[in-house]
Amino acid sequence: MTEAPLLSVRDLSVAFVQEGRQSMAVDHISFDIAKGETVALVGESGSGKSVSALSVLKLLPYPTASHPSGQILFQGADLLATNEKELRRVRGNNITMIFQEPMTSLNPLHSIEQQIVEVLKLHQGLGDRQAKARTLELLNEVGIREPEKRLDAYPHQLSGGQRQRVMIAMALANEPELLIADEPTTALDVTVQAQILELLADLKSRKNMSMLFITHDLGIVRKIADRVCVMTKGKIVETGPTKDIFANPQHAYTRHLLAAEPKGKPPAANNAAKPVMTGKDIKVWFPIKRGFFRRTVDNVKAVDGIDVTVRAGQTLGVVGESGSGKTTLGLALARMISSTGSIQFNGRDINKLTFNDMRPLRRELQIVFQDPFGSLSPRMSISEIIEEGLKIHEPKLSPDQRDKRIVDVLKEVGLDPATRNRYPHEFSGGQRQRVAIARAMVLNPRFVMLDEPTSALDMSVQAQVVDLLRSLQAKHDLAYLFISHDLKVIRALANDVIVMRNGKIVEAGPSEQIFGNPQTDYTRALISAAFKIETAPVGIVSE
Amino acid sequence: MAEAAAETTPDRIARPRMSPLNQRRWQNFKANRRGYWSLWIFLVLFVLSLFSEFIANDKPIVASYKGEILFPVLVAYPEEKFGGFYAVTDYRDPVIQDEIKAHGWMIWPPVRYSYQTVNNAIPEAAPTKPSWLYDKKTLCNQYPQGAADPNCIVGNWNWLGTDDQARDVLARVIYGFRVSVLFGLILTAGSALIGVTAGALQGYFGGWTDLLFQRFIEIWSAIPVLYLLLIVAAILPPGFFILLGLMLLFSWVALVGVVRAEFLRARNFEYVNAARALGVPNRTIMFRHLLPNAMVATLTFLPFLLSGSISMLTSLDYLGFGLPPGSASLGELLKQAQRNLNAPWLGISGFVVISLMLSLLVFVGEATRDAFDPRKTFR
Repeated sequence: MTEAPLLSVRDLSVAFVQEGRQSMAVDHISFDIAKGETVALVGESGSGKSVSALSVLKLLPYPTASHPSGQILFQGADLLATNEKELRRVRGNNITMIFQEPMTSLNPLHSIEQQIVEVLKLHQGLGDRQAKARTLELLNEVGIREPEKRLDAYPHQLSGGQRQRVMIAMALANEPELLIADEPTTALDVTVQAQILELLADLKSRKNMSMLFITHDLGIVRKIADRVCVMTKGKIVETGPTKDIFANPQHAYTRHLLAAEPKGKPPAANNAAKPVMTGKDIKVWFPIKRGFFRRTVDNVKAVDGIDVTVRAGQTLGVVGESGSGKTTLGLALARMISSTGSIQFNGRDINKLTFNDMRPLRRELQIVFQDPFGSLSPRMSISEIIEEGLKIHEPKLSPDQRDKRIVDVLKEVGLDPATRNRYPHEFSGGQRQRVAIARAMVLNPRFVMLDEPTSALDMSVQAQVVDLLRSLQAKHDLAYLFISHDLKVIRALANDVIVMRNGKIVEAGPSEQIFGNPQTDYTRALISAAFKIETAPVGIVSE
Repeated sequence: MAEAAAETTPDRIARPRMSPLNQRRWQNFKANRRGYWSLWIFLVLFVLSLFSEFIANDKPIVASYKGEILFPVLVAYPEEKFGGFYAVTDYRDPVIQDEIKAHGWMIWPPVRYSYQTVNNAIPEAAPTKPSWLYDKKTLCNQYPQGAADPNCIVGNWNWLGTDDQARDVLARVIYGFRVSVLFGLILTAGSALIGVTAGALQGYFGGWTDLLFQRFIEIWSAIPVLYLLLIVAAILPPGFFILLGLMLLFSWVALVGVVRAEFLRARNFEYVNAARALGVPNRTIMFRHLLPNAMVATLTFLPFLLSGSISMLTSLDYLGFGLPPGSASLGELLKQAQRNLNAPWLGISGFVVISLMLSLLVFVGEATRDAFDPRKTFR
């Protein structure tokens, strides 16, 4: 590499001031990106990878954030030293950025044509007609089919994948030299993720762009990056060509990351085990009402006639893309939303019970939610959170007995009982999910519905939570309904799997059969997208 | 409960007195110096005004008469006790004063006027100027012995002059402050209680409850309050509590919108769903999980509701539909100021007191808002 790199980050630090204290988010990092190269910044949440990327364009909340040291050389000029006016010329022109959540990065009140045309007019001074022609060209390039019909669409009318494509079109509008992609596929389904990654790789090679790719997912890195920088706690601990890093990781943290995938096998399927939860022909239809008298003209069939059986000590995995109705199914079984069909719990039909009649059953039928940041009340200490259920279902316990139960369950989920008077914000994501699991486990349930319990967690923490769930299941003979879009987690935990799409079952059967010998195209597409990050032929999965 | 457990289980760590969140809020509140000082000044003034009877009164605080310790400020002794024949003792009467002094002693409050006390010894026709604008001879020319009279002392001065009925303005301002603040506080607490409950029910249950309640509120708040006050004033004698009740009927609406919005937003939070999944009853969910969310908006709103109620009372008094004639009221003081433009001390006193009170409350409100703002950072 004799040529000077396109972007060269030298000794960069980022500090944040919080309540008078200064904390270092990024600690003296250096990396280069050559022309036409893709560099991936990999790390777990809080490692400072996004902050590093944002500081390239100086998009951090200054003056709360500051740069105690460092240079960011872009084509030889130090971006940290340039003024706001110069910087605006670089932003969106030479360096562009795409973000994680395409819904919030697009303005919901403007059509996509308006948003792309605005960029073109602003930076390239194109006229109306030219800008429109170029917009069509760009949309074509990013693989939006029939772009003429999509020009007037608003962001909410597009699917997540299409929105991300529009974002990419906007980013490409000015033919940038460097594209910064900040977890561009994290909010998307695996199938769509594969499509987007393919698009990015294709565009990059066609336009000879450089790309700074930020992600926590090593599978993606292996697929897309030329070089990798592994970050942890604000430092880059290892840099090198992707092949070398994966083949021969040097740093302990890199090895830890690589080893972090959920592993292990579910307990053997046992069809003789007692069914705990049986659902027959479950339907959840949301009516669409029209007209003055609110007549029901049609239904959104979120769950449309599904049969499930969850047995004691066994896990039923429910997989599907977003919008396939898997969470709705889980909520219907847990009687959190109303449904038709019969739901047998412990041999008793519970679908006709009222909220009050359900209460005694709630202790045996617990839910663990997806987002450990949202599912714990921020104003209650974790011991208060855990004891809430005990107070209702075992009101006779004295405060001491209750406290003992809390201590026991915290030990069981691997948390230090001495921390039980702390508040949720003092815990990491994985610890919070353990608290949420403890809240369910303290009541000794028989059936637990786990709604994407690992999706919001880092990879290495996911593996720990999966191990914890498996050991709890073995110990208490629990029946799990495990809902996830992440096939790796499902494979590590579920005996039986049902694959859902548009409220219907596409395929159901034992886990080995589904993963080893999938019968339908849809299941095959899901599996190849998840494990190999490969796209399926058009028409099998959503766009 | 937590404390009881702390004694029995040794490894149980005592819960901090204030949650970290509230500690942070208190720090933020203190960081706003203006609001912090305003709170202290307001609290001192308010607590002092609660003891107005001991500061400005036409009765002594303690008196000793013939070996007996009397508390005229608390107990109404008939004049018989001191050899007179009226039902109520006028301690300002020189005859009574001499009688008590001959058989004991008495301690007066610093200002020897209550809000209704008429000064019979004003130097010129009411309203009279503040005492410190006269020389001693003119000031005391109406006392029997002139400047040498035992009552020609600082305690009988009218520091802020008198109004057109020869009542001491300072005393009226002190009592008026108390009435205004108490009125405001009770009204605010009442409206908060009703408003939060109504908003919570609407927001939590939504649907028809919400729809019908919202329409009711729209109709209800379209009733012109002032007309209603006029009509009621014609039927019932206006008093503190009747006025309070009437205002309460309409002021609770202010908070409903905010609280309802918070409940609507938060009722689908995941931790609320989690509580539902545990089988927690609705009432508990509303109290424990949702109310704290709405409290931020409510608490931020309260100081402004308070200052609003105070200025409402003042304006009603000014228009003459407020507290009964003779009560200590700042609005009535302003009305006098408007009628007696030749006596600027009336207007100035009223203006200073009202604007001080409202500014303090608004500053406190501002600091409260800062304290509860999660995005606020201090550098």
